[in-house]
Amino acid sequence: MSLAQTLKAFTLWEFIGAHWKTLRYFFKAKATINYPFEKNPISPRFRGEHALRRYPNGEERCIACKLCEAICPAQAITIEAEPRDDGSRRTTRYDIDMTKCIYCGLCAEACPVDAVVEGPNFEFSTETREELIYDKAKLLDNGDRWERAIAANLAADAPYR
Amino acid sequence: MTALFTHWGLEYGWAWFIATIIGILVIALPLMLAVAMIIYVDRKIWAAMALRRGPNVVGPLGLLQSFADGLKVFLQETIIPAAANRGLFLAAPIITFTVALIVWAVVPFQAGVVLSNINVGLLYVLAASSIGVYGVIISGWSSNSKYPFYSALRAAAQMVSYEVAIGFVLISVVLWSGTFNLSGIVEAQKSIYPFLPVNGFGFNILLFPMAVVFFISALAETARTPFDLTEAESELVAGYQTEYSSMSFALFWLGEYANVILMCALNAILFWGGYLPPFDWAPLYLVPGIIWLLAKMAFFFFVFSWVKATVPRYRYDQLMRLGWKIFLPLSLIWVFLVSGFLMLTRVGVPS
Repeated sequence: MSLAQTLKAFTLWEFIGAHWKTLRYFFKAKATINYPFEKNPISPRFRGEHALRRYPNGEERCIACKLCEAICPAQAITIEAEPRDDGSRRTTRYDIDMTKCIYCGLCAEACPVDAVVEGPNFEFSTETREELIYDKAKLLDNGDRWERAIAANLAADAPYR
Repeated sequence: MTALFTHWGLEYGWAWFIATIIGILVIALPLMLAVAMIIYVDRKIWAAMALRRGPNVVGPLGLLQSFADGLKVFLQETIIPAAANRGLFLAAPIITFTVALIVWAVVPFQAGVVLSNINVGLLYVLAASSIGVYGVIISGWSSNSKYPFYSALRAAAQMVSYEVAIGFVLISVVLWSGTFNLSGIVEAQKSIYPFLPVNGFGFNILLFPMAVVFFISALAETARTPFDLTEAESELVAGYQTEYSSMSFALFWLGEYANVILMCALNAILFWGGYLPPFDWAPLYLVPGIIWLLAKMAFFFFVFSWVKATVPRYRYDQLMRLGWKIFLPLSLIWVFLVSGFLMLTRVGVPS
């Protein structure tokens, strides 16, 4: 070791430099957000929890074309359909297995009537696995609950589609 | 306090006993509270230096985080591995915890305020902190599991290496102050220069390097970050604590942090004036000594956390090299320098 190196080592030169740096970081603004109380902004294209939407008159949009079921790469969607009493074609079963879903958004892309969408909600953890297998009622409920946010997001993204 | 109890009509023996028990509780209970808060502060400082927030949900500003953690730990089951040596396995955390507490008996909190003002206080501190390693070794061996065992081997070597350096550092302090009594050492630090009235051996140019060596050795002694090879989580899971759960784990944790606070107190007492204010200026003596001691301990704890947040872990051979090839010769040379200087100035050149 040269004299300069020895001096540097014995005066703890580099240690002091490192500690000066961390001290400055100590007084810096925090990089983390205060999560449950504040959240990062998300894009209108954010692909979160699924929802089945309705028309403003309350009629469900889904026409049971099964395009989403066909395109789903994870095969998470299961649909069964029958004509309803008024003759229109509707689903009797619309299940999404959220544990299989990879949140690619292809179902929403495929949907001709904007019925199935991925909303902005990403906080839907559950305590059991069974709760993550969504049925039609749950999806429609999600749609009712998130309709305003979903509609705003679709409108914001519409010019780019 | 013994006098008070004898005044109330108790026999001397009983009065002394009750007074001592009260003294122990007066030190140990605030210490446990301090440990809880210091864990929280440690996490906060560590987080702030990594640009994170740290615990901030449990209670106002997250202040109750440690109590929530403690409650969780108390409610859990103590699991004893089937292959473990039952008696030693349970004794190990108790040893660590007890040893971390007994040293506080000789720590002077203020002029004359010390549980047991023994004249070889410093030797007692050295002896007790050397016993501390037994808790780690016994836990490592009795767990009968490979990671705790490696950890125990490391702990034994590490603590022995750094205790040697600490010993020589303390010898230079003792030479300068002329006493082993901790209160005596603090009083000897009063106004070390006639022209610059500062209190503390650390302000002495000759002893300052020893203060630094002592601080670094204190980090090694408490197995804090650059020297935390005993619980190197990336190599040894959790080191000697791997097989522990519930209360036995909490006792290790409490003992470890009590040791950290103790080392902060020793740094303050041995080199930075203990309960004396930093400057020998009359108005500063109006502040009670314990406030000064606590302020100095808080500062040193901040530095402990600061180091933990900054430096990466030493490799094992680097740790040994630092202990035996740098600190040991350095402190030996300094013992020589200090004793030579004192011979010159206090005794005079032999004719």
